Amino acid sequence: MSKLIINRRGLLKAGAMGGVVLAAPTHFIRNAYAEDMSCNMPTGDTVVFGFNVPQSGPYADEGADELKAYQLAVKHLNGEGDGGALATFSSKALKGNGVLGKKVAYVTGDTQTKSDAARDSAKRMIEKEGAIMITGGSSSGVAVAVQSLCQDMGVIFMAALTHSNDTTGKDKKRYGFRQFFNAYMSGVALGPVLAEAYGKDRRAYHLTADYTWGWTQEESIKNATEAQGWETVNAVRTPLGAGDFSQYLTPVLNSGADVLILNHYGKDMVNSLTQAVQFGMREKQVNGKNFEIVVPLFSELMAEGAGDAIKGIYGTENWNWQLDTAGTKAFVQSYGKEYGAPPSQAAQVAYSQAILYADACERAGTFFAPEVIKALEGFEFDGLGNGKTLYRDSDHQCFHDVLVVQGKENPKDKYDTLEIKKIVPASEVTYDPAIFGGDLGPYDAKTCG
Amino acid sequence: MDALILQILNGLDKGGAYALIALGLTLVFGTLGVVNFAHGALFMLGAFCAVTFNKFLTLETVTLDPTQQTPWGTAMEIRTPVVEAYLGDFGAVLINYSVPVSVLLAIPVMLVIGIVMERGLIRHFYNRPHADQILVTFGLAIVIQEIIKHYFGANPIPQSAPAMFSGTAQVGMLFGLGDAIPYPWWRLVYLFFSLAVIGLVFAFLQFTTYGMVVRAGMRDRETVGLLGIDIGRRFTVVFGIAAVVAGVAGVMYTPVLPPDFHMGMDFLVLSFVVVVVGGMGSLGGAVAAGFLLGILQSFASMNEVKSIFPGIDQIIIYLVAVVILLTMPRGLMGRKGVMED
Repeated sequence: MSKLIINRRGLLKAGAMGGVVLAAPTHFIRNAYAEDMSCNMPTGDTVVFGFNVPQSGPYADEGADELKAYQLAVKHLNGEGDGGALATFSSKALKGNGVLGKKVAYVTGDTQTKSDAARDSAKRMIEKEGAIMITGGSSSGVAVAVQSLCQDMGVIFMAALTHSNDTTGKDKKRYGFRQFFNAYMSGVALGPVLAEAYGKDRRAYHLTADYTWGWTQEESIKNATEAQGWETVNAVRTPLGAGDFSQYLTPVLNSGADVLILNHYGKDMVNSLTQAVQFGMREKQVNGKNFEIVVPLFSELMAEGAGDAIKGIYGTENWNWQLDTAGTKAFVQSYGKEYGAPPSQAAQVAYSQAILYADACERAGTFFAPEVIKALEGFEFDGLGNGKTLYRDSDHQCFHDVLVVQGKENPKDKYDTLEIKKIVPASEVTYDPAIFGGDLGPYDAKTCG
Repeated sequence: MDALILQILNGLDKGGAYALIALGLTLVFGTLGVVNFAHGALFMLGAFCAVTFNKFLTLETVTLDPTQQTPWGTAMEIRTPVVEAYLGDFGAVLINYSVPVSVLLAIPVMLVIGIVMERGLIRHFYNRPHADQILVTFGLAIVIQEIIKHYFGANPIPQSAPAMFSGTAQVGMLFGLGDAIPYPWWRLVYLFFSLAVIGLVFAFLQFTTYGMVVRAGMRDRETVGLLGIDIGRRFTVVFGIAAVVAGVAGVMYTPVLPPDFHMGMDFLVLSFVVVVVGGMGSLGGAVAAGFLLGILQSFASMNEVKSIFPGIDQIIIYLVAVVILLTMPRGLMGRKGVMED
């Protein structure tokens, strides 16, 4: 009968062997990150998304539309409904069984279109409600603020409505991603169309919302129109939410300008445009030409608010529900059936961003944030509505076709407000990321403190 | 010169709205001693009377046409306007004049809202500190705002001025400046309308027995009560009148500024500054300060002024308020003893 003798050397050897065996899978099996934990990685059978949208304040309608789209995306991710644009999406990683086999749940926050409120609600969703990612926002001020918070907390931020060059320019972050286009791209797309429609000898007067988005849009549109031979007479900053813009509009009348460019969004744009029309600017003749108004960034909801004033006015859009792409058709069909109205561009960007995050997790095979980021960086896709799109790795900006639109003269119904005048290909609006500077920062994972 | 005239017109126009809101605000304060932060909400409710009336006039019947499909595959909705189809040309005229007609509708509606607000909530706070009154009326304003947002959404809803007032008037002709000063007709209408309403309120208080009693009550409520006059009831009616003034101001302002649920709050803060600058409880002061601040705000937005003092347009009103309160602590026309206990 043999006797089991365990001496000190034997025990150490066995322990070392055991350690190697236990550690082996994490080294040899792909995508098994036993030690790689990032903030709020799911432990149960659900994964929580955080939808941070304006549910009150001036952009509440945009926020409501975003939220509807997010809820639809969750349905599709979980295999409910008709699947929407998942069927047309070029990546086939998502199977309609949640993300990595975990059912998608969500929590919501109200940004109130205020940076501090948006940061508070994002923080709450991350710290108290276990959100693994944050998506949403209307307003670049909010997006920049939330994006920087997300970088600090190691949570991926999929920005929705934000058009400032700064979001993926000087304020870009490793943990922030933007599918929406930016002011620079609007300028490049719009400049030649304006020169063609109104001629090259024009004098423009800018009224600009006094915050990050307004400043970058003013700069971009100024550069783009001046490149076409236009002259900029004046650029005046107006306070956000001014309501009555009459005191800023009247100096335009006798300034010698023959084009008014409104770098306003949402309620401000509805008010300034309506009032500019009231001051007779659309019937005015200056320098022997018809006075024109341009609104570089349009949205369907704004067009609805501005009513007749929008007719004939040029602007740009990230996406429009009347676009003839398979992804658009699938999404419009699904959204229309669910809510009885076509989706706005706010809804489309929200839907896409939720799907893109889920897909990146699935392709990375993990929820570990640095790996998900790598899966999104340089990702090329199609079928979500905007045509062929690249998520550029150097600044996390998406590049896809940009639409130049014009307020429709004879709309069929209340949704038929904008007409697509030109689809500017992605290659024409692509730029060198160095022009806006900024630094993405580290991939370092955090564990929510 | 033309730029100055345009800014004066802008200022008068804006001042008209400030003055109308501030007038009601100071009337309520002078009579009931209540600082009513829900007064801006009354301005907004007035504007939504116009929106509601317009929505009613443009009601449509919806039938489904299965032969046509929406892009999302459901049957197309065919919409037919009801009122226009039923009333014909008169319906079209009514829709065209929906804003001025809404003034007539808003008067009884706002009177009732004002009286219900005073009887139902505010009277319970007469003997409470001003801070309590501010809190409860501010809360009420938020509740009203959220109700409106729930039913009408957050986006502004544009309202058209009647077609005959939708163009611009060549004000420059009056000054021999040709067509250098185009000014929207409806803004001129609004200016005259606000002057007329201010005149009516003063006439009511000055030349009617009812108004005389109210003025007496504002001076010395106790003595008027001792004379056997139910001053409380009269003050309730005054609250209703203040609501009507704010309401009709809101109705007529809709073609100038597409109304949304938040418009009352935007005007409220400025109107409070107007009341304080004019002198708490002083009707003449509120009107004078309304026009003064409106004009100063317009001047401060001129590019020539902004190039010397950047950003002055955003602080001018508060700057003037600080200067006036430092030099005249009771405001322009404030009475001794008001809010000084």
